[in-house]
Amino acid sequence: MSNFDFLTDENRIFTNLYGQKDRSLKGVKARGHWDGTADILSKGRDWIVQEMKDSGLRGRGGAGFPTGLKWSFMPKESDGRPHYLVVNADESEPGTCKDREIMRHDPHTLIEGCLIASFAMGANAAYIYIRGEYVREKEALQRAIDEAYEDGLIGKNACGAGYDFDCYLSHGAGAYICGEETALIESLEGKKGMPRLKPPFPANVGLYGCPSTVNNVESIAVVPTILRRGASWFAGFGRERNAGTKVFAISGHVNRPCVVEEAMSIPFQDLIDRHCGGFRGGYENMKAVIPGGSSVPCLTNAQAKDVLMDFDALSELKSGLGTAAVIVMDESTDIIKAIWRLSKFYKHESCGQCTPCREGTGWMMRVMDRLVEGRAAVEEIDMLLEVTKQVEGHTICALGDAAAWPIQGLIRNFRGEIEERIRALDTGRVTAAVAAE
Amino acid sequence: MSTRRLAADDLQPDSFAFNPANTEWVKTQIAKFPEGRQASAVIPLLWRAQEQEGWVTRAAIETIAKTLDMPTIRVLEVATFYFMFQLSPTGEHAHVQVCGTTPCMLCGAESLVAVCERVIGPMHTVSADGTLSWEEVECLGACANAPMAQIDSWVKGGFHSDYYEDMDEAGFEAILEAFRKGEYPKPGSQKGRFASEPLGEQTALTADHVEQHNAAVSAALSEGAA
Ligand SMILES: Cc1cc2nc3c(=O)[nH]c(=O)nc-3n(C[C@H](O)[C@H](O)[C@H](O)COP(=O)(O)O)c2cc1C
Ligand code: SF4
Ligand code: FES
Repeated sequence: MSNFDFLTDENRIFTNLYGQKDRSLKGVKARGHWDGTADILSKGRDWIVQEMKDSGLRGRGGAGFPTGLKWSFMPKESDGRPHYLVVNADESEPGTCKDREIMRHDPHTLIEGCLIASFAMGANAAYIYIRGEYVREKEALQRAIDEAYEDGLIGKNACGAGYDFDCYLSHGAGAYICGEETALIESLEGKKGMPRLKPPFPANVGLYGCPSTVNNVESIAVVPTILRRGASWFAGFGRERNAGTKVFAISGHVNRPCVVEEAMSIPFQDLIDRHCGGFRGGYENMKAVIPGGSSVPCLTNAQAKDVLMDFDALSELKSGLGTAAVIVMDESTDIIKAIWRLSKFYKHESCGQCTPCREGTGWMMRVMDRLVEGRAAVEEIDMLLEVTKQVEGHTICALGDAAAWPIQGLIRNFRGEIEERIRALDTGRVTAAVAAE
Repeated sequence: MSTRRLAADDLQPDSFAFNPANTEWVKTQIAKFPEGRQASAVIPLLWRAQEQEGWVTRAAIETIAKTLDMPTIRVLEVATFYFMFQLSPTGEHAHVQVCGTTPCMLCGAESLVAVCERVIGPMHTVSADGTLSWEEVECLGACANAPMAQIDSWVKGGFHSDYYEDMDEAGFEAILEAFRKGEYPKPGSQKGRFASEPLGEQTALTADHVEQHNAAVSAALSEGAA
């Protein structure tokens, strides 16, 4: 392990991520949450937004857009329409399972964050939209919302700060696309979750046609602690432009998969060695890693060797931090099949609204079906790559890109293996033909 | 995208009504949304109908449309768009949803699918004894506890929806057999993890452990899981 400064418990924002500590409101407060919330609000909207900008927090939902800046897009004054905060708790990007732990085990961080963020954007109500499958998480979160109401932390005159704030929980019913922010809004309005064309952006025309901001669960849940401990405390973790602590979710071929909050920019190998008991069979046995959820291209063993886990380092390698969902694959993995399964996922989840995505995801999956078996011509690899380029950037929402990138990563990094499989089948055919004669 | 249709007429019951407790609950859902925006409650209401009946019937769609003052076609659109809505009858005791997406696949999801095929039958059909049904679903957001399955059940006098995590074939088969008998096996990690911390010695948040079970398991135990 390198001499990386690992995050210590006293610097963890999520003090009860695994739910082992007292989950009652009393226990939550004893750990420092809901402390001085009224004082934070009394500093005013502008101070809060500026502090969030200074903290360097970038959205934790995948795209990494600066949170403070996003909040500043909301109208300063209401034109008569209410403002809304909408929390994206749809968490459906394969590999991602971090918001779940926040909602079932540390839900008050999110509720307190909703109050502060809503206040900062002139919103008197927040809607949290949780994926339908998270039934137990929904129950835990609703219980915490009820507790917060009963304790006067939210509701009329929230925290005694003279601000009225309501927090409502609603849910989806199994559609990945509803994680896209405008699809989420459509779904919350009671419709099919089909993304809207932008502009107009939600900050102008969002939920019920009102100014709205959609933020990820983790983005909102870290807000109270950032404001309590100061922007510079948060900015002290991670490299420039990649500030803060981050909840990582690690799955696949490591010895002990887990969800853990660490400092941003942690070296990839340190993350796995420290928290996951190392790679199955050692680092040499690792074949590839998807470092940021299913939508980002995979990296090879050599590429990932010294990479830092942050937005900029991973995008320099043509991948991305995404949701910080790290999927590790060792040498036993059929990498073509692993990516094929993602193609199947995107085909299943396309909302069907635009032709390049609806047709493209189906087309790509069918070629991938054959590549898994080697039932293709070598030239088809380039055709497939070409199709991914035609889908990428030509659709209403980023699901099209998300379907294209994993395949591009596969071809970029493992073309040899695809060709080998095609040739192996060809040779098999020839041998069979000779044998038949 | 896939095309989903309502079940055939001969399977559809004549009527649907929320039971008294759910009728009260419906009001609390509508109250979450601004005046005139009651359509926002359509997904929660459809889901509650499914909890009550086991699946979403045409009669439920029509009743919910009336309750929310929506055209029936709009509710039908929602019911067919979202994959969690079961449009035909499921197993009387349990409907099993095995996650098949890459992180779970890497950890053995295919063998869980094989168990379902052997123990229950083909996907989307109800077992011969009527108690179980299953399907493969996409990532359920519990990948650090792979492989896993969500099991919706109607046992111990109520509806439950739980994640069974860190599974192996034999353990999964035992869970399915327990549901077949009307039992309610304890959900969560089947390897003895508390939640999503690393198995064995913890590397973070090591102090002050007082809770006996994680939030999801606690909820299931309070509903009669054992
Ligand atoms: C297909 C698709 C699925 C998405 N799913 C999620 C999701 O489950 N959770 C999430 O927070 N963001 C998701 N996003 C990103 C959201 O559109 C949006 O950028 C995010 O919620 C903004 O929050 P942040 O600024 O706090 O990151 C998804 C985007 C796309 C295109
Ligand atoms: S890109 Fe795909 S998912 Fe997004 S709007 Fe178009 S069809 Fe729907
Ligand atoms: S891939 Fe199975 S829970 Fe995420």
